[in-house]
Amino acid sequence: MRIQAIVVRIIRQFFRDKRTLALMIVAPMFVLFLMDLVFNGETYEPHMAIDSNVPQQLIDALKEADAHVATMTKTNALTALDEQQIDAFIEMDKASLRLTLEGSDPSVSKQVLMTVQKAAQTLMPPMKQTLTIDTVYMYGSEHMALFDNFGPVLIGFFIFFFVFLIAGVSFLRERTSGTLERLLATPLKRWEIVIGYVIGFGIFTTIQASLISWFAIHVLNMMMEGSFGYVLLITFLLAMTALTLGTLLSAFANNELQMIQFIPLVVVPQVFFSGLFNLDTMEPWLRSIGVAMPLYYGADALREIMIRGKGWEAISFDVYVLVGFSLLFMVLNVLALKKYRKL
Amino acid sequence: MVIQLQHVYKQFHKKEVIHDVSLTVNEGEIFGMLGPSGAGKTTIVKMIAGIDTATKGEIHVLGVRMPNLQTMARIGFMAQSDALYGELTALENLDFFASIYGLKGKKKKQRIDEVLELVNLTDDRKKAIHQFSGGMKRRLSLAASLLHEPEVLILDEPTVGIDPLLRQAIWEELERIRQKGTTIVVTTHVMDEAEKCMRLAMIRNGQLIAIGSPEQLKKQTNALTLEQAFLQFGGVQA
Repeated sequence: MRIQAIVVRIIRQFFRDKRTLALMIVAPMFVLFLMDLVFNGETYEPHMAIDSNVPQQLIDALKEADAHVATMTKTNALTALDEQQIDAFIEMDKASLRLTLEGSDPSVSKQVLMTVQKAAQTLMPPMKQTLTIDTVYMYGSEHMALFDNFGPVLIGFFIFFFVFLIAGVSFLRERTSGTLERLLATPLKRWEIVIGYVIGFGIFTTIQASLISWFAIHVLNMMMEGSFGYVLLITFLLAMTALTLGTLLSAFANNELQMIQFIPLVVVPQVFFSGLFNLDTMEPWLRSIGVAMPLYYGADALREIMIRGKGWEAISFDVYVLVGFSLLFMVLNVLALKKYRKL
Repeated sequence: MVIQLQHVYKQFHKKEVIHDVSLTVNEGEIFGMLGPSGAGKTTIVKMIAGIDTATKGEIHVLGVRMPNLQTMARIGFMAQSDALYGELTALENLDFFASIYGLKGKKKKQRIDEVLELVNLTDDRKKAIHQFSGGMKRRLSLAASLLHEPEVLILDEPTVGIDPLLRQAIWEELERIRQKGTTIVVTTHVMDEAEKCMRLAMIRNGQLIAIGSPEQLKKQTNALTLEQAFLQFGGVQA
């Protein structure tokens, strides 16, 4: 009987907390939905540019193998490669094919190589026998592991995830333990509380971000072409965004459990749009959701630095966006605190 | 007149929790608010302290319309929950709150020592709060609210869950603080504690049902105890 009473009580509690109930059902469905969209996309069709000397026979064969082919001059093609508009450039060098790959995504490189080889197989003799393929990587190399490609994204993700959770929960504790109310009974201004949190946690997250980046690059030997200082800058900004977003959202959670419920809603979707998975096979409207996600910018910048060895010019936009996100969340946080004190 | 409430109403999500409360608290008195839990005592003191805002009506503290940040610096507030940082020591907690009130250097150190002495926690100052007993936490909360020498001290259920001896000690402390000229507002749902207040407001269902000294209130209802008086004012008259 007592057990039954406990069971009934727990079920009742669940139905009182409609949010937890809804999330238990809706969140897994939501995540599965996203995974479905990401993984059931069509197979990737590489975009290639060719110079005008490539024989028509090969062009037809490439098109047959589902590649998008456009004719470009070498200069245009190299710019397009650098901007990731195309994946590869093919030019005729006497009897051999010279294949230049963008190279930062190993799975795309593999797809391009497969397509080109498949196309070469269909050629008629004597060309089939004499044709050789030279492969050149613009970034990365054939030894680049999938992890090297994922690595920068994972660094960004883990920093974002943990800072988000820890900052959110500790700000929440401030509320549930009554210390926030106590603080609001002092002449302390709302923005001072927010700034205090940003600085206090900022110091902690700087250390955390540095350690994680150092560990990934020097211990895990993750590919690192650019400057470590830029990596720190981006991880710091990502942490700031996560911190301000976490404290902001904690205002809408009543306990730790509800804070954790934000993970499948706010953090997990960012992973899908951060470039961990190839977005090119996704519907364009869906792809544009990524624009609203901080991790999208952080991951992009980290890849530019770590894989492609780029500097300030390539990451400045991402930096501005991340700073913008942090400021926006801070302002919203100050406003959200109005719920506890008008002044 | 240190605190003045004029026709104060408060609504939460369309539900009226405070209905037309008017009262004044004089300088240097211990003013009690007596009522069962859920009567609206906490809401009233939070509005006086400037944390909450009245939906209708006006609240003046030390001659200034509340809420006002400058005036809040002259008020000490001790919340119902202890509102201390469990991981920190007593000293670190007091240091934090003293800094928030703008105390610095020698003055800060001196005030921290004084309030620790006052609540008899000097020997435990280096202990982390999570090792403190309930009573020690209450006393430290009180100490934290006294750091900046407030002219008005607002205490929300300061002795709830505290043993009689300690309760006695806290009331003796309050009396000492009052004699230095501090005006004190205390909420309680314990009748014998209410007896110790100089004047008393009886609160029920968000309304003020009676106000006066404990003696006056008993006399008006021909009651022997405040409990009887409360019943008279609350039940029979309404």
